Amino acid sequence: MSALGPSLRRRALLLGGAAAVVGGGTAAALAVRDGDPEVRPVAVAPVGAETVPFHGVHQPGIDTLPAQAHAVFLGLDLNPGSGPAEVGRLMRLLSDDAARLMSGRAPLAAEDQELAVLPSRLTVTFGFGAGLFDAIGRAGDCPAVVRELPAFPADRLDPRWSGGDLLLQVCSDDPVPLAYAVRRLVRDARSMTSVRWVQRGFNPARGPEPAAVTPRNLFGQRDGTANPASGSPELAESVWVRDGPSWFVGGSVLVLRRIRMDLDTWDDFGRVGKEMALARRLDTGAPVTGGGEFDEVDPRVVDERGMPMVAASAHVVRAKARTPAERMLRRGYSYDDGPTPDGAPDAGQLFAAYQADAATAFVPVQGRLAESDVMNLWVTHVGSAAFVIPPGCADGEFVGRALLGT
Amino acid sequence: MLVSARPLRGPLLVITTACVIGIAGCAGGDPSPAAAPSAAAPSAAAASPAVSAPAVTVADPWVKTAESGMTAAFGTFSTTGSTPVTVLSAQTSASSRTELHEVVVGDDGAMTMRPKGDGFVIEPGAPHVLAPGGDHIMIMDLASPIRPGDQIDVTLSLSDGSTTRFSALAKETSGGEENYDDGAGSMHMSGGQGG
Ligand code: HEM
Ligand SMILES: [Cu+2]
Repeated sequence: MSALGPSLRRRALLLGGAAAVVGGGTAAALAVRDGDPEVRPVAVAPVGAETVPFHGVHQPGIDTLPAQAHAVFLGLDLNPGSGPAEVGRLMRLLSDDAARLMSGRAPLAAEDQELAVLPSRLTVTFGFGAGLFDAIGRAGDCPAVVRELPAFPADRLDPRWSGGDLLLQVCSDDPVPLAYAVRRLVRDARSMTSVRWVQRGFNPARGPEPAAVTPRNLFGQRDGTANPASGSPELAESVWVRDGPSWFVGGSVLVLRRIRMDLDTWDDFGRVGKEMALARRLDTGAPVTGGGEFDEVDPRVVDERGMPMVAASAHVVRAKARTPAERMLRRGYSYDDGPTPDGAPDAGQLFAAYQADAATAFVPVQGRLAESDVMNLWVTHVGSAAFVIPPGCADGEFVGRALLGT
Repeated sequence: MLVSARPLRGPLLVITTACVIGIAGCAGGDPSPAAAPSAAAPSAAAASPAVSAPAVTVADPWVKTAESGMTAAFGTFSTTGSTPVTVLSAQTSASSRTELHEVVVGDDGAMTMRPKGDGFVIEPGAPHVLAPGGDHIMIMDLASPIRPGDQIDVTLSLSDGSTTRFSALAKETSGGEENYDDGAGSMHMSGGQGG
């Protein structure tokens, strides 16, 4: 991939240019110029009808890559007094809704077929917080790291973005079916839960760049380069629970951190410094020491004067997994809730990391970053939540049934 | 009223097969209700090749939540056979009193539901949709509340002597709140149900 990268990318840019022209309304003109070797209309695939299966060994929305362009994360709290019966009814309802919505059908009792028919890779992923384990009388089964992540020195956590008994991560390439799905899911959940928080995120739209290109975050960085590839053994080992109780095997653990990014000071920092902070280039995502995007940053490289070219506290140097157990899948989304009344940005990243065990992955890695990471100049963790992601369910079942034992 | 008084014709012998069909019918992944019969047929054949498939399959069954009183069950009924089949009556796990209802517009323009005397006729190739505002299975004298996410077992008795059983998922909706004219004065269908 990295060897082909630049030429492919140039080609993609050219194609992207053509697509923009088509979008500008000159499609007809382009279509008749079929003898022109330089300009070819881009065949835009009808992505709206694309679906992701709900049923399976694993829940969808994790190894659904590239991540969809839009996401809504919802933290719900169970009504006081909820027990296993209520949670069972809730998960049966929501699983049925999710399966229908993801396949392009309206939920039962809804007739809005036109809002559901183009799900655009809609996925619904459920996570169980400590409060849900407590409610069903299984407090001891909640992993300690999910119950309480350690406090990190630079945390500025706001309860408004933290915690939650039940997580819904709903993703789609199209915000309209996404909004419909979220609304119907919440409508079915609201007699049994209250909404603790909702966080909306986005990635680059689907289409402007080829699907395999790493998305950019609001710093302009290619973010996700070092992630394990979809369907790879590395992803399976990093993300899915393999040893544990049967209700957990095939599941995962999600750590969701709302991380504010100080875009004003980032803007004015200067390009060289920005690239040093990460140790990767802004344009290509390649290591500052050379090579292509998918080459690793080598912190030992020195310049002609013998000075290290990579800062020891650069983000990727600090973040890189030092043992296999530290690996994770980062599946984050940008958020932009600004500007504030005085014109300041209110933006950042909904950092969403999936791993088999957050105690061996997120915790030590974030421990290193909190201790020293140049990017801490601009990033502040303002929200935090962790969830057990139960395994996927079969047709006719619902997510979490094995844990509930019903 | 006549309909609900009619005795069940089929013995409960066929329930095992009916169950398989009921589940396959409701879990079909195809958005088109018309495709449900073909999706259900192979699994029925595989499960018990010696017994002929029940004449009616049910897709997307659900029941409206209610605290007490009465409520209704819905779904899409199709027949796998080549001749029409009539749903004569229904029984549910939620109460001992169930009627088959249709909705008509009364002289005053109000939607009123009433028992459908001849039952629901399912023509081959023409799925019969039960939905709020239209035909439905009326569940009366609820024994206990039907809460969101509950599952209610429904057994249909058919004109060919067989029965079909399926499980309906309980969902909250404000749709289908017709008046009920059972000949003995009107009542409101939604009973004590909350929002
Ligand atoms: C707003 C906050 C953050 C931003 C903008 C950010 C951005 C980036 C970027 C641009 C890269 C390089 C490309 C890539 O491999 O994806 C990267 C790498 C990485 N980041 Fe972050 N990151 C943030 C927070 C975090 C946090 C909280 C963690 C984990 C605790 C983390 C873990 C990692 C890891 C494991 C890598 C890959 C390192 C490697 O193996 O090369 N990041 N991040
Ligand atoms: Cu009725």
